[in-house]
Amino acid sequence: MSENTLYDNVWENHKVTELPNGQDQLFIGLHLIHEVTSPQAFAMLREREIDIAFPERNFATTDHIAPTEEAKRDRPLQDEEAEEMLSALERNVSEAGITFFGFESGKQGITHVVAPELGLSQPGMTVACGDSHTATHGAFGSIGVGVGTSQIRDILATGCIAADKQKVRRINVEGSLGEGVYAKDIIMKIIKDLGVDGGVGHVYEYGGPAIEALDMEGRLAVCNMSIEGGARAGYINPDQTTYDYLEGREYVPEGEEFEELKKYWESISSGADAVYDDEVTIDMNDVDPLVTWGINPGQVIEVSEPIPAPEDFESRTDREAAEQALEHMNLEAGDSMLGYDVDVAFLGTCTNGRVSDFKIAADILEGRQVADGVRALAVPGSETVRQRCEELGIDETFIEAGFQWRRAGCSMCLAMNDDSLEGDEVCASSSNRNFIGRQGSKEGRTVLMSPAMVAAAAVEGEVTDARRFFDEETPTVTANDVEEVAD
Amino acid sequence: MSENHITEVGGTGVPIPGDDIDTDQILPARFMKEVTFDNMADYLFYDARRDADGEFNDHPLNRFEGASIAVVNTNFGCGSSREHAPQAMMRWGVDGVVGESFAEIFADNCKSLGIPAVTASHEEVTHLQEWIEDNPDGEIEIDVEEETVTYGENVIEGEIDDAMKEALVDGIWDTTTLMYSNLSKVEETAGKLPYVTSD
Ligand code: SF4
Repeated sequence: MSENTLYDNVWENHKVTELPNGQDQLFIGLHLIHEVTSPQAFAMLREREIDIAFPERNFATTDHIAPTEEAKRDRPLQDEEAEEMLSALERNVSEAGITFFGFESGKQGITHVVAPELGLSQPGMTVACGDSHTATHGAFGSIGVGVGTSQIRDILATGCIAADKQKVRRINVEGSLGEGVYAKDIIMKIIKDLGVDGGVGHVYEYGGPAIEALDMEGRLAVCNMSIEGGARAGYINPDQTTYDYLEGREYVPEGEEFEELKKYWESISSGADAVYDDEVTIDMNDVDPLVTWGINPGQVIEVSEPIPAPEDFESRTDREAAEQALEHMNLEAGDSMLGYDVDVAFLGTCTNGRVSDFKIAADILEGRQVADGVRALAVPGSETVRQRCEELGIDETFIEAGFQWRRAGCSMCLAMNDDSLEGDEVCASSSNRNFIGRQGSKEGRTVLMSPAMVAAAAVEGEVTDARRFFDEETPTVTANDVEEVAD
Repeated sequence: MSENHITEVGGTGVPIPGDDIDTDQILPARFMKEVTFDNMADYLFYDARRDADGEFNDHPLNRFEGASIAVVNTNFGCGSSREHAPQAMMRWGVDGVVGESFAEIFADNCKSLGIPAVTASHEEVTHLQEWIEDNPDGEIEIDVEEETVTYGENVIEGEIDDAMKEALVDGIWDTTTLMYSNLSKVEETAGKLPYVTSD
């Protein structure tokens, strides 16, 4: 049993009571609402004539169905189902007195991008949302959990969820990132080493030098994909980087109040005497950029490695998954992922749709062109991100390179709007899931990678080592290097 | 709804073989664009159940229409938190699931819907899946209290998570009702949190 970890401390502070079924009733300090998973929950409350318990602890926006083409954002939306969802959300939140960041607010976007940048997500909170990537908010040292619709109903009605406490695994990320290697690569490496179900029953506490060196946007990307590693939540203890990021944001109090809050933030961090259920170490020294080769986020390699063969895996499950993956992706074991043809480049999402992600990609795109035949989409994670990028002139770089510069939403991450893969297109994607059908076509093929790698793939029309576009000293890998080793 | 004790569920079975079956397969996202769960059964495993021309193929859900017990393998229901997935299964007719393991959010969602989820070993689960193929009309019974799955001459000594078992057997799986009675304690907890009071 873990003791005095941030997870224990925050849990203790938010625990209301133990329920007769043995679970804990946990107060949720921040509840984020979007259009897809909430309407049924509001309907259930109406049926029972229950009021919303803490409307001021709830914030809503629209992301999954949001059209990302400017012309398609006029109301009513052309897509009738999307319009119905959006107007249901507007009705529900306005009746309940919940703050809503709609299109006109200028702050609309993906919940997991909007809440951090507005300073809504803070250390020592419990954060819930009807979306599995709620772990993202753990970057601030909060406990973020994804919940289902029945639990959304619970939160609306009582401000709480019924939850079982998990075990805490500390992941020490040692070393430092080489040029062209990013936070996204850290989390992909963790999932590679620990597996897609390695985190089941656990929350992940990320720490160590490579994590401490990350800025907040990098930390958000790491925590975001905790769920892809099977962990329901993942977090990083708050530090000066966290406090500096928060200070001055819209929903963060100022002056004395800030100092008071900071005392609380410091008090909930894992103590020097913290006890973990489990500890593992991941070394990021000499790690190359990673890309997925398969149909789950654990089927991932460094670009310097060949695609593994099914027989390389010990468990029957992994072997079968590898066979299925090779067939779906039309890949051969032993080959390199470098040189794999790409039809679509997609930059955005709650993993990598923040300003720093677009900056990194823009550095590569500057003065270069998207390859012929590649459809390239840049979709800011929020309207705030879009505006900031436009202030910096980054949008120009994208447009000149041949990218479509869009409005904020989830977009091709799961294709609930018009942005979708067609047929068996291959997508170089900065998103978090490569499941079959995820990007809107059941033959579609997704290769997950960092924003730099997406930009590089867009330029070359194939998966390529983005470091070739860095200065000459940066070591790069080619398909030949990889296949020679494999032979 | 809250007084609903669930001690036994049963009926014929449907095997849904495969590991790591994610919620995007169970209920593809493009079918989540509805504000109620009413039609979700129609979309269950939508892509997997159809061939290239959109006709029903020989997917087990097409062959075992009317089944009540789904039998699955490891890490079933991983991926997104969408309750649409278990809702679709429930509305299709599933009253209970037996599997090697379940993704946590999926299991939580099952509990909220009053669907027992029993885990058993790989051998036991695959044996049951084969048995269903041979006995499409065979009865399977999940006893929640005993944590057993009975079919033909066989009994699986399975496992049901303690919280789920208590909730189902005591009829307290409706957590809204459970927690609603503690609202004053909730105020107290919230009142002690510096970020709530400082609002
Ligand atoms: S960007 Fe993708 S993963 Fe993130 S909330 Fe939207 S759909 Fe979910």
